Amino acid sequence: MDTGDTAFMLVAAALVMFMTPGLALFYGGLVRSRNVLSTILQSFICLGMVSLIWVTYGYTLAFGTDVGGLIGNFEYLFLNGVGTEPGPYSDTIPHLLFVAFQLMFAVITAALITGAFAERIKFSAFLLFTFFWTTFIYLPVCHWVWGGGWIEMHGTLDFAGGTVIHINSAVAALAAAIIIGPRKGWGKEAMPPHNISMTVMGAGILWLGWFGFNAGSALAADGIAVNAFMTTQIAAGAAAFSWLLYEWKSHGKPTALGAASGAVAGLVAITPAAGFVSPMAAIAIGLVAGVICCMAIRLKARFGYDDALDVVAIHGVGGLWGALATGLFASLAINPDGANGLFYGNPGQLGIQLIDALAVIAFSLIGSLIILKLIDRFVGLRVSEEEEIQGLDLSQHSEVGYTL
Amino acid sequence: MKKIEAVIKPFKLDDVKEALNEIGVQGMTISEVKGYGRQKGHKEIYRGAEYVVDFIPKVKIEIVLPADRIEEAVEVIRKAAVTDKIGDGKIFVTPVESVVRVRTGETGADAI
Repeated sequence: MDTGDTAFMLVAAALVMFMTPGLALFYGGLVRSRNVLSTILQSFICLGMVSLIWVTYGYTLAFGTDVGGLIGNFEYLFLNGVGTEPGPYSDTIPHLLFVAFQLMFAVITAALITGAFAERIKFSAFLLFTFFWTTFIYLPVCHWVWGGGWIEMHGTLDFAGGTVIHINSAVAALAAAIIIGPRKGWGKEAMPPHNISMTVMGAGILWLGWFGFNAGSALAADGIAVNAFMTTQIAAGAAAFSWLLYEWKSHGKPTALGAASGAVAGLVAITPAAGFVSPMAAIAIGLVAGVICCMAIRLKARFGYDDALDVVAIHGVGGLWGALATGLFASLAINPDGANGLFYGNPGQLGIQLIDALAVIAFSLIGSLIILKLIDRFVGLRVSEEEEIQGLDLSQHSEVGYTL
Repeated sequence: MKKIEAVIKPFKLDDVKEALNEIGVQGMTISEVKGYGRQKGHKEIYRGAEYVVDFIPKVKIEIVLPADRIEEAVEVIRKAAVTDKIGDGKIFVTPVESVVRVRTGETGADAI
């Protein structure tokens, strides 16, 4: 065990934990004031439910010894045999710390989806969805990419979870937006964000936490972690800037919401690439992410799904771009455990990245649709029209965000 | 007695107040209001989605004066509030039946 690595990973895990309340603020500011608490709570309570899933059966299904490339076995059920000695995924940090670090990823992935069905989902249906989705979608995909499953064996590069977390959650978000249907009045009446200051604050917290997310994914306080730290900063900054400039040109004004959204898009895009690409590649990844994610906001109006807080545009499009960009810019000179990408003479890596991303998209889309359909059939996903107009804060939780 | 209700652009409030003070008008009631006329509303853009906000903020000033002072006061308000751009507001004048000063019970012009 290495105390330096352990100290670093403890802090990294705490930083990733902090991303979920950050996301709660990011999302909370974007909804109308009558739904602020329900939106914040949907992220926040993932820290409760998903933690329990993870330490009972979640971790072992994701990271237990591989069974057929598809799922982990039950060797770590209830964290049996997981102690403070270094475990199979790192020689230098306690196995239990690896469990904690990965736990935070599972939490925020579930929380990310909540942006799609915000302002209209029943709280009970949300809890059921989070439970089934984490169990049947997140755990297998996490195993495939990081736990020794078929995608990892296939050679895909996903440094900190572009596919596992962002593409995966965004596809579930798309399924959720389709099944639950648009908010009442969507496309006809204005639904402006109620507190963009809160959203920008949330984006700042996400940005900070992302250093733990990406640099921590090196699992050691080493040069790879430093590279990931720097590429994270560069891509986020570049994307904040490019989103701002793009919307300035296309919509006439530069906005605070645009800069905050762009930063998150850049953070998403650099996630799979952070430990495999150079700082200069991060500029390109960020600049492109800011522009294409901003353009992708229009998709929901074009195709008619009410992805309320743009999970698909930012995490889906940004995540897919990041997965492909990793196949373009990855370099063995940066990380000898990685691979070269197209620009370093290995075009095959781009194909691997694309195929594996598409596989996760297909699995997550179909699986999420089934889960959502079943919940809708047996419990009902939506609140009543009256409750929706009243607001979820009052109708689901009997509290209000603001008493002025 | 008549009442002037002037709906003006908020940033012009100080100019109007100063101008009325100069001609000896000794009190006013103001409120922050929202509305629209020919100016219509303004546009807000969030992630590229444009919303037209119909009601835009204005300040409403209410003053009650003896009838013979109304013409002068209206002109003073108009001159102080004007920017020559659309959305400068409106001034309404209506008759007032009675006024009572709460502290003393005085009525009519004495109570203004």
